[in-house]
Amino acid sequence: MHPIITVSDLSKTYATGFSALKGVNLTIRRGEIFALLGPNGAGKTTLISIICGLVNASAGTVLADGHDISRDYRAARSKIGLVPQELTTDAFETVWSTVSFSRGLFGKPRNPALIERVLKDLSLWDKRDTQIRRLSGGMKRRVLIAKALSHEPEILFLDEPTAGVDVELRQDMWKLVSRLRDDGVTIILTTHYIEEAEEMADRVGVISKGEIILVEDKAELMRKLGRKQLTLSLLAPLAAVPPELAAYDLALAGDGMELVYSYDTKAERTGITPLLQELAGAGIRFRDLRTSQSSLEDIFVSLVRTGS
Amino acid sequence: MSALGINWHAIRAIYLFEMARTWRTPLQSIVSPVLSTSLYFVVFGAAIGPRMQAIDGVPYGAFIVPGLIMLSLLTQSIANASFAIYFPKFTGTIYELLSAPVAWWEAVIAYVGAAASKSILLGLIILLTATLFVPMQIAHPVWMVLFLVLTATTFSLFGFIIGIWADGFERLQVVPLLIVTPLAFLGGSFYSIDMLPPFWRTVTLFNPVVYLISGFRWSFYGVADVSLGISLGMTLVFLAACVAAIGWIFRTGYRLKS
Ligand SMILES: Nc1ncnc2c1ncn2[C@@H]1O[C@H](COP(=O)(O)OP(=O)(O)OP(=O)(O)O)[C@@H](O)[C@H]1O
Ligand SMILES: [Mg+2]
Repeated sequence: MHPIITVSDLSKTYATGFSALKGVNLTIRRGEIFALLGPNGAGKTTLISIICGLVNASAGTVLADGHDISRDYRAARSKIGLVPQELTTDAFETVWSTVSFSRGLFGKPRNPALIERVLKDLSLWDKRDTQIRRLSGGMKRRVLIAKALSHEPEILFLDEPTAGVDVELRQDMWKLVSRLRDDGVTIILTTHYIEEAEEMADRVGVISKGEIILVEDKAELMRKLGRKQLTLSLLAPLAAVPPELAAYDLALAGDGMELVYSYDTKAERTGITPLLQELAGAGIRFRDLRTSQSSLEDIFVSLVRTGS
Repeated sequence: MSALGINWHAIRAIYLFEMARTWRTPLQSIVSPVLSTSLYFVVFGAAIGPRMQAIDGVPYGAFIVPGLIMLSLLTQSIANASFAIYFPKFTGTIYELLSAPVAWWEAVIAYVGAAASKSILLGLIILLTATLFVPMQIAHPVWMVLFLVLTATTFSLFGFIIGIWADGFERLQVVPLLIVTPLAFLGGSFYSIDMLPPFWRTVTLFNPVVYLISGFRWSFYGVADVSLGISLGMTLVFLAACVAAIGWIFRTGYRLKS
């Protein structure tokens, strides 16, 4: 199947001369949930803004469902819904009218039943006649989501949907996102919360300083995450891993005073028991042991530090 | 999308959104401009007017009515349209318009159409109000409506340009206040330009508002400072200039997208 979004060699240099995107290549698969992670100022919003038509690219192309976003912008944009990072709303409009307005703007005929469903899904139905300025921040964010969903987009961009949102609403949001995915909507979200990416995404991309430094299936990332390390503090230093232990994934650390065994917690056998027995057999004695696990957070932080 | 590849739903949505804004603030949008123009009718029409000489055979109170309607039409068209596009830029809600499958000219039709509709409506209300204070007649109603529509459209376009160009509330105010209001006052609202000394009369002919007011007044009383053809021609030239400027602005993405 063709990817639903193809970003090719996309660059953006703002009028200030600042280079916010440096030759980004990225494909989004149809129907997936893609989480874009990256520190503040990495270029997440810039990337989304270009795809959605808010910012002009300096170089490169973007295809949305096969339509070039600048040459064939009508076809491209009518498939895309955007929930921006900032809470920008028409303060004096009612929830109902602002959401209906969005549907019209995207060229769709009126459909009160659909708007009703969207508002109910987002627990906004009771507030339909309330002016937006009288809503709380979390409700405003839901209004923005309702606006984006009002025109039944095939692709939904959520720029930090859960920033400043309480735990309950965050979980509602996750449920909504997976429901949308079940309906076949492709979702691209940005977040600073690793657990959000872990919870929801099919694939994770990491962007730093305007460059994509990693794109990986979450399952693959989790597999890496599933690896644990058993560190043995030895009584006497070793010069090398003994050849009779070559079958194990072993490494030396701490000037030979530590033996590190990497294993897969999800495997049927971790191999710890036989390793310890063979160590005893080889006469290697230890005085302490500990295990550790790298989190997505660790991977993310080390990537962002070393990347570019 | 829909017929002719035009996003009619979007045009309708923006137009109705803008009109709804008017009904939400009737005091500011309608009552206040009508009231302030009515003050002129009372002062110059009913109170001072009878002591003034008739101009070109038209009683002074009646003479100033077309000019005053034009004055409100200009200022309101500019204010409506410039605010309509500036405000979403200011609050950030313009993101939605930029992300929507809407062509720039569709947005212009909707915003300018709404702004012009409002000021035409306002012009008609002021006209009705004027009849309460000064006796008057309309010799060429079709031409009257034509000038009303053309002027409202042209100056709504002009206001739209100002709204896009403005990057602060000061800029939003500066053109209407420092340029349009003086031009409108000196454009023959209160006098015939024939009453001016020859030098100032020539200077005045560079003021585009003169042609609008002259043509508009002709549609009421059949008397004009400049010929009807020139009035109409100048109005159309200004309209075309505004359309061209907007086309350029959107093709270059000037000030709307970074
Ligand atoms: N209009 C602009 N003019 C100049 N520089 C800009 C503009 N918008 C963004 N930038 C710069 O581009 C870089 C990327 O910004 P962007 O908003 O894309 O980051 P982000 O990844 O979304 O960050 P955050 O997590 O804080 O939302 C930042 O350094 C920012 O200062
Ligand atoms: Mg951002």
